[in-house]
Amino acid sequence: MTTTGENDPRLEKYRRMQRIRQFEAKAEKIHADGEIPGALHTYAGMEASGVGACMALRDDDYMVGTHRSHGHPIAKGAKLRPLMAELLGKKTGVCSGKGGSMHLSDFSMGSLGETSIVGSGGPVAAGAALGAKLQGLDRVALCFFGDGASSEGAIHEGMNLAAVWSLPAIFVCENNRFGMSTPTSDAVAGENVADRAHGYGIPGVIVDGQDVDAVEAAVREAVDRARGGKGPTLIETKTYRYGDHAVNMGRELTPRGPEHDEWVKRDPITIYRQRLIEAGVAEDDLDAIDKAVADDVADALQFARDSAYPVFEEAFDHVFVDRLPIPAEVQAHA
Amino acid sequence: MARITFLEAIMQAQQEEMQRDDSVFIMGEDVRCNVFGTTTGFVDAFGAERVRDTPISENGFIGAAGGAAMVGMRPIVDATISSFLFPAMDQICSIIAKSRYIYGGQARLPLVIRSCLFYGNSNAAQHSDRPYPMFMNMPGLKIIAPSCASDMKGLLKAAVRSDDPVLSFEDSTCWMAKDEVPEGEHVIPLGKGDIKREGTDITIIGVAGGVNVALKAAKALEAEGISAEVIDPRTLVPLDRELILQSVRKTGRAICVDPAHMTCSAASEISATIVENAFDALRAPVLRVTTPDTHLPFSPHIEKPLYPSVERIVDAARKVMGAKQTQPA
Ligand SMILES: Cc1ncc(C[n+]2csc(CCOP(=O)(O)OP(=O)(O)O)c2C)c(N)n1
Ligand SMILES: [Mg+2]
Repeated sequence: MTTTGENDPRLEKYRRMQRIRQFEAKAEKIHADGEIPGALHTYAGMEASGVGACMALRDDDYMVGTHRSHGHPIAKGAKLRPLMAELLGKKTGVCSGKGGSMHLSDFSMGSLGETSIVGSGGPVAAGAALGAKLQGLDRVALCFFGDGASSEGAIHEGMNLAAVWSLPAIFVCENNRFGMSTPTSDAVAGENVADRAHGYGIPGVIVDGQDVDAVEAAVREAVDRARGGKGPTLIETKTYRYGDHAVNMGRELTPRGPEHDEWVKRDPITIYRQRLIEAGVAEDDLDAIDKAVADDVADALQFARDSAYPVFEEAFDHVFVDRLPIPAEVQAHA
Repeated sequence: MARITFLEAIMQAQQEEMQRDDSVFIMGEDVRCNVFGTTTGFVDAFGAERVRDTPISENGFIGAAGGAAMVGMRPIVDATISSFLFPAMDQICSIIAKSRYIYGGQARLPLVIRSCLFYGNSNAAQHSDRPYPMFMNMPGLKIIAPSCASDMKGLLKAAVRSDDPVLSFEDSTCWMAKDEVPEGEHVIPLGKGDIKREGTDITIIGVAGGVNVALKAAKALEAEGISAEVIDPRTLVPLDRELILQSVRKTGRAICVDPAHMTCSAASEISATIVENAFDALRAPVLRVTTPDTHLPFSPHIEKPLYPSVERIVDAARKVMGAKQTQPA
């Protein structure tokens, strides 16, 4: 585990974006080889959105995310080993092999779930913010959701609740221009999701989602407001996902227009690296971070590969506090 | 007759019904891009007005299908994965299921809500539901759950023509299976089951993809000298109770195979029907082979053994055929 950059928040921001990028590049490759079961929804292209937002949070602040779940936990500082092990369906995975790629959720880092039912995280964040308020804690709850998710009633209900009760919540709409194959403009009425904030009487902020500093600044202001008892903020990060809705599907769902190349040119990691170099950071230091991250990812994969699969009985854990009884006729053939 | 897949059967049924009746239209998430292969070329054939991509808002567009149905349209809603019906429970259960009743027969709701049963492939608990039993417990909703392409096509066409709301549960384990499907007018009335294999010793009633597992088990049982009859109700509401009872009266033994969770499953309803109406004919307890009452985990090693399998059915059949054994608790 590297410590490079941990004391310099600028380098830490860079490091976390690199960790997401490299973790997913590895995951995408071994998914293509059949080592990861299920569907893999990658976050590549959106790193500045997640990292910028999470850099504005404290470790004990809450976070709820989505099916596109790899970026959020890494952005909040989660360790890679349990994440990679989860992708492989291993017992040592962060969700004990129960959740997989759509649910990389590390509760020890303040996560309250990465939920794959689109929009379902909205009320959870409102509720966590309510809980923190009732407990007299100055924690905030941040909800990541997609442009597509902005059409779900649950997102509206969560935001309205948070607004009417002035809860310490931050709603971050990661607008990556598509929900599966559907362009945002075909599914979301109005120009911007952030404009809806007006209807709730809360601030609505639009931010360049490829600029990690800009995202961090916007979320920091929202966090200050929330902690100060002034209620929620809706932030829309204008961003882009590089991969298809899910990768390695054998068929592209997302129609790519000419703007695709423009977006790829505005790569969030390249932009930030350039900014750091211009600010005097030595390229060698950045390269060292890249290298250390690569080692971390390799270590995580080795750990995941060396880990055991859950045993059948574990399928009956976690429904309730106590393990369920296992029907004998099922056990006999497991 | 043509050999086509289950998915092609869905596509053909939709195509033919849209050609036949202008009031039929289709809407859902990503239908224009043909995400699951059931709307190939539909935008070109029918235009974007009748082939509509919706926002991700199931309660909104499923409810809107109900509203459109009330004024004379016949919407087919593609909700893609059946787990996504849950955000729409409000409109399905409070409006669509109840409007005809609550308004004393004034409302008509001729719509079809299609969704697939997306289990068995490491999609984790939030995507792997087989929720038809929950809807069986809600009066006012007809339910089809076919197991082969031919039935899929015939039942979906009947569903589109039905003046009642119909939920179509399409088992993804059947998607790629090919089957002989009659060309032209092929409509199977709702509520009519089918004997998929004749036998004399034991009746195996299968639900959705469970039928195909039951058929494989029946073959294995044949090698052991046990003759199994396999019944596919095809429609869960209304349920062809008479077909099931006739078979059980002949064989005296029954197993219900259902990929849903055990408690209050379709298998439970079928078992109760048998015990209540054919108790005198029974020579052994009725057994259910279902998915136990746990969620579906991501890790394939612990997911796969949870579903009904040939081995579990064969075991259950041996038990039923054997001495006066009872089912272990
Ligand atoms: C309630 C529900 N409806 C549909 C889906 C299928 N689905 C999964 S992701 C997705 C698109 C989501 O778009 P968006 O919210 O913009 O997130 P993105 O994938 O772009 O990150 C859809 C339709 C789902 N998982 N849950
Ligand atoms: Mg999106």
